[in-house]
Amino acid sequence: MSHFLPGFRLRAEGIVALYPHARSATLPLCHLAQEQDGYLSANAMVEIAELTETTPAEVRGTASFFDLFHLEPVGTYVVGVCTNIACLLAGGLELLAHAERSLGVAVGETTAEGTFTLEECECLGDCDVAPCVQVNCRFVRTTTPDAFDSLIDQLRTGAIPEIPRFGLLSRVRRSVGLAVPTEVIATERARVAAEATSNDRAAG
Amino acid sequence: MAKLDAPQIVTSRVGLDDGHTLARYLATGGYESLRRALSMSPAAVAEEVDAASLLGRGGAGFPAGRKWSMLKKDPVTYLVVNGDESEPATFKDRLLMERDPHQLVEGVIISAWALQVTAAFIFVRGEFGLGLERVLTAVNDAYAHGALGLDIFGSGFSLDVVVHPGAGAYICGDETALLETLEGKRGFPRIKPPFYPAAIGLYGQPTVVNNVETLSNIPWIVLNGGRAFAALGKGRSTGTRLFALSGRVRRPGVYEIEMVHNTFRDLIFDPALGGGTTDDVAIKAVIPGGASSPWFGPDLLDVPLGQDEVAEHGSMLGSGSVIVIGANDCAVRAAWRLTRFFQRESCGQCTPCREGAGWLERILRRLETGGGRREDIDLLLDVCDNIAPGLGWPPQQTTICPLGPSIPSPITSAIALCKDEFFAHVEHGGCTDG
Repeated sequence: MSHFLPGFRLRAEGIVALYPHARSATLPLCHLAQEQDGYLSANAMVEIAELTETTPAEVRGTASFFDLFHLEPVGTYVVGVCTNIACLLAGGLELLAHAERSLGVAVGETTAEGTFTLEECECLGDCDVAPCVQVNCRFVRTTTPDAFDSLIDQLRTGAIPEIPRFGLLSRVRRSVGLAVPTEVIATERARVAAEATSNDRAAG
Repeated sequence: MAKLDAPQIVTSRVGLDDGHTLARYLATGGYESLRRALSMSPAAVAEEVDAASLLGRGGAGFPAGRKWSMLKKDPVTYLVVNGDESEPATFKDRLLMERDPHQLVEGVIISAWALQVTAAFIFVRGEFGLGLERVLTAVNDAYAHGALGLDIFGSGFSLDVVVHPGAGAYICGDETALLETLEGKRGFPRIKPPFYPAAIGLYGQPTVVNNVETLSNIPWIVLNGGRAFAALGKGRSTGTRLFALSGRVRRPGVYEIEMVHNTFRDLIFDPALGGGTTDDVAIKAVIPGGASSPWFGPDLLDVPLGQDEVAEHGSMLGSGSVIVIGANDCAVRAAWRLTRFFQRESCGQCTPCREGAGWLERILRRLETGGGRREDIDLLLDVCDNIAPGLGWPPQQTTICPLGPSIPSPITSAIALCKDEFFAHVEHGGCTDG
C-alpha cells in the first residue's frame, strides 16, 4: 500500500528518473511528502527509502539534518522571523517577541487550532527589508508589529494567493523529464573530444 | 568619488517587472550569447572566461577559469550551480534567480558546452520559494524554446538541466557539503583530500561547482569578450560585482559596481548607492564580506572593494555583503547573534567547531544578559584560539571545512574594536542598550 497518493506516487517516480542515482531524489521527495501531508511522516520516509533504494533510517538521517523538514505536524502556515545580523540591527528580536505575544506561542510551537507555527530563522536573504519575515518560504515583508498583526489576521480569515499552504514549496513543476538519452550524450561528448584532439594535433 | 560608469553586466534586467520572463529575455538579447558560444569551440569559450579572470563570486574567490581547467577529463562529468546563498546579509544570488533566471540558465548551458559536462544541476536554497519557481519556469521555458534538451538550436549539442531544491542548511553552501546533499545525504563537508571536486565530485565523478553570480556573468563575457570584462576593475579583481548592502544605511540593497575603483565609503555614502548612514549615525564597524569576515573599523572605510585590497587589511571580500554597524548598536549583541548562527549551523562533525561554537555562544549570552565575568573576555579569546590557532587571517584550519575557523571572526573583531563595551557589560550586569 503506497503512502503517496496515486498522483503523488507518479510524480515521485518522475523525480527519481531525473537523477543518475535514485538516492539523489531524497530531498525533493521529502518536499513532495510535505506537500501531500503537511509534514514528513514516518510512513512517507519508509516509501521514500524504497524509492531511493536506501533505508528509512538513512532517509530520516538526511531529513533530520535540514530545517525545512518537519518530522512532526506543523501549522498550515510556518511563520519565520529572522534575527540574524541585519535583522538584529533593525529590531528582529523585538519583532520576534511581538510575534510570540501576538500568536500566543513560543518559538517552535504551533497555535492550538493548528494554523500557525512560529520559528526563529537564520538569515533569509531579504536584508534590505529588515526585519525579515517569511511565511511558508515566501517573503511577506512585514517589518513592523502592526503589519505583522494584519498579515496574521488576513491569514486567519482566508488564504493569501501568494502564500501556498505549508509543504507546497514550488507551485511550478518541471514540465519535461530528461530529454537526452544517456547514449546520445556519450556519443556527442566523445565526438567533440575527438575533434579537439585532432585539432590539437593539426595545430601542434 | 564613486565610479559608476561600468556596464550593468548582470543586473540589466533586475529593475524590470517582467525581467524573469522568456519574452523579455529574448527581447533584450537573451540566448544570443548561447548561439555565439555554440558557434565557437568549447576550448575557445573557456579561453574567453579565462581571459576575463573572473573570480568566483560565492565567497572563496577562486578564479573560475582555473577551476574549469582543473576539471579532470572523464567520460562522465558534471556542472553544479551553487544557489544555496545563506551567508548572513548576502542576498544577491536570490535577486538574480528571482529577477533574471534565464541569464543564469543561459550561463549554465554555455558553461556546460565549454566544459562538455554530461549534465548540470542547479541547487536552489529551499527558503527561496519564489526563486525556485522562477528558475524552474526558466528551465521549462528554455526546453520549450530549444535552448535545452536534444540538439540545442540545431548545433548537435544536447543537455539536460535539473533544478534541485535545498532544505535549509547554511553548510550546504560549502561545495562538498552541497554535493553530499545532492547525493541525498546529510550536508557534511567532505574530508580533504581530494581537495577539489574537479577531480572527485558528484558521485565520485569530476565536477565543477560554480556560484549563481559567477555563471550569470558568462553570457556577457561570451558576447563582449573576456578582455572587455578584464578591462573593468583592477589587478586580480576584474569586472563588476554585486554588493549586498544592509544595516544602518539609508538605501540598503544590491548594487552592481566596478571592482577596486570604488571603496567601502563610496558604497555606503554615495547618493546613488547607500546614501549615507541612517540618521547620519557614526559608523562603529563594517562587516566587509559576510558573517565569516573580520570587521573593519571606521578607519578602513577607504579600502577599495577588491579581493586582494580587502585581504591586505586582514579580512575578505567574501560573499560581497557589507553590513554597517552604527555607533549606537551593541557590539556584544552583534557578536553573540553571529556566534549563535555558527553554533546552529555547525554540522557537528568536528569537535572545535561543534563544541567551541556552543561554549562561545553561552559565554557571549551571559555577557549580554547579565551573568558576565571580567575573565570572560580572555576566555572567549582562548576558546577562539583553540578553533583557529594564532587568531590570524586567513585562519588556521582545525576542521574539515572553513565554517569552524570563521567563528572567531565576529568575536575577535568585536573585542579588538570595542573592548570597553565588553567590560561595561560585566560592570552594568548586561546590555544597557535595551
